[in-house]
Amino acid sequence: MPIVSLIERLGAFVIDGVSSMGDFIIFLAAALFYALQPPYKVRLLIRQMRSIGAESFFLVGLIGLFTGMVLGLQGYNTLSRFGSEGALGTVVALVLVRELGPVLAALMVAARAGSAMAAELGSMQATEQIDALSVMAINPVQYLVTPRVLAGIISFPLLTALFDVIGIWGGWAVGVGLMGAPNGPFFNGIAQNMSGHDIATGIYKALVFGLVVMWVCCYKGYHAERMATGVSRATTEAVVLSSVLILVWDYFLTSVLL
Amino acid sequence: MSQNSDSDGAAIVVRELRRRFGRQQVLDGVNLDCPRGQITTIVGPSGCGKTVLLKHLNLLLRPDSGTIVIDGVEVTKLGWREKNKIREKFGMLFQAGALFDSMTVFDNVAFPLVELTTISREEIRARVEETLEAVGLRGMEDKYPSELSGGMQKRAALARAMIRRPKILMLDEPTTGLDPTRTHQIHELVRKTQQQFELTAVMVSHDVPAVFEFSDRIAFMHRGKMALNGTVAEVMASKNEEFTRFMQGRTSGIDEPPAAAVAR
Repeated sequence: MPIVSLIERLGAFVIDGVSSMGDFIIFLAAALFYALQPPYKVRLLIRQMRSIGAESFFLVGLIGLFTGMVLGLQGYNTLSRFGSEGALGTVVALVLVRELGPVLAALMVAARAGSAMAAELGSMQATEQIDALSVMAINPVQYLVTPRVLAGIISFPLLTALFDVIGIWGGWAVGVGLMGAPNGPFFNGIAQNMSGHDIATGIYKALVFGLVVMWVCCYKGYHAERMATGVSRATTEAVVLSSVLILVWDYFLTSVLL
Repeated sequence: MSQNSDSDGAAIVVRELRRRFGRQQVLDGVNLDCPRGQITTIVGPSGCGKTVLLKHLNLLLRPDSGTIVIDGVEVTKLGWREKNKIREKFGMLFQAGALFDSMTVFDNVAFPLVELTTISREEIRARVEETLEAVGLRGMEDKYPSELSGGMQKRAALARAMIRRPKILMLDEPTTGLDPTRTHQIHELVRKTQQQFELTAVMVSHDVPAVFEFSDRIAFMHRGKMALNGTVAEVMASKNEEFTRFMQGRTSGIDEPPAAAVAR
């Protein structure tokens, strides 16, 4: 009965998909619900902000610097063809603040902190440490996931702001310092053309990316299969899925916030 | 308190417990009584559902049907707050110890007190040191779990399970991966701890017949059911065919369900 088995398989596939989607959403709902329930573990939140936020500062700053520098170079090269080198500051700043800052910062943190998080939670699952928490009457979602998600939501906008500022200085250093674009219009253009809405767009994106990356990475780690390959697969899936979701959400957020 | 108000004085009473994973009926009507102040050891071929049963007793899994009464409370339908109340009554020793590998032995053992009580730091320190003394790990406070041998990890995990002075202790294959000498030591330690604190203990073990010496009662599990359940002498004297075969190492069980399915 090949047709019956085909239908059976299709049904199983759909049911699996829907139920794991449901699991995925309930997981976030639980993490946010327990954020409102005592006990509040500020200590855990601060520790996670250190590992997600503070320890990513150098990497994000470095990527920001080079992104800004290349924007300065490309921007100057392109704009000089139209004789509008004066607009360099505006171009660099808008591209960074609206688009590249939140996206690249989020991708870097997903690769750095998100993967570590998925691996950590995965191996805790594999060695029954998460069960041990449950049995000790400590809610593992509240203890492990909630602080990470909250730390992501707090840290991502800060990292994005850092990325933007360093990037603009990088663009200035190359565009103005190296290529000889005019200094005054560089900053004047930014001041005149950058609106509060541009900055808010970038911050909204960073907030959403922070939530999405931590949600995906915690979920994948928490639900890793209990073996070594399960942990490595969870880590890979966490990074790949959060990177894809960053770019997908970026498109939709841009279209809504434009 | 030899006999309690419960009819048979049992701390844990399991009736007709059923649980299915996919197409596999892992628990198929389990009945079990664990009397107060005794060690009940569950043995059986691997894949018979021992570990799954224990995960129901410690409320990690919910049965499809049947009841579990712990200390007079029916626990299978409780919400998370009530569950956590019940869990305060018991300590659990996991197969591989399940120590938090990011924390020192001291922090591991102190963890339940730090997270769940308002006891002062000095008192926690005193309690932890006393408990580590009892399991023979004094002086190991600042080591990380990865720096300990397998036997020491089990001792530290036992200390953590005992730190809140539970009334019930659950042990999932506490001697897995240990040599016969260490196995004997852990069994003795469990026995000593159980007697010292008058614990009700439920142990899943594959160490037959070594574990019998340290148990009060044996439950033999086969194909999702309790084939035998009685005192060590009763069980040893039984003529149950499957049990005899199991003791001679000739048994065949159904395969374990995939670990991922058991996990949740």
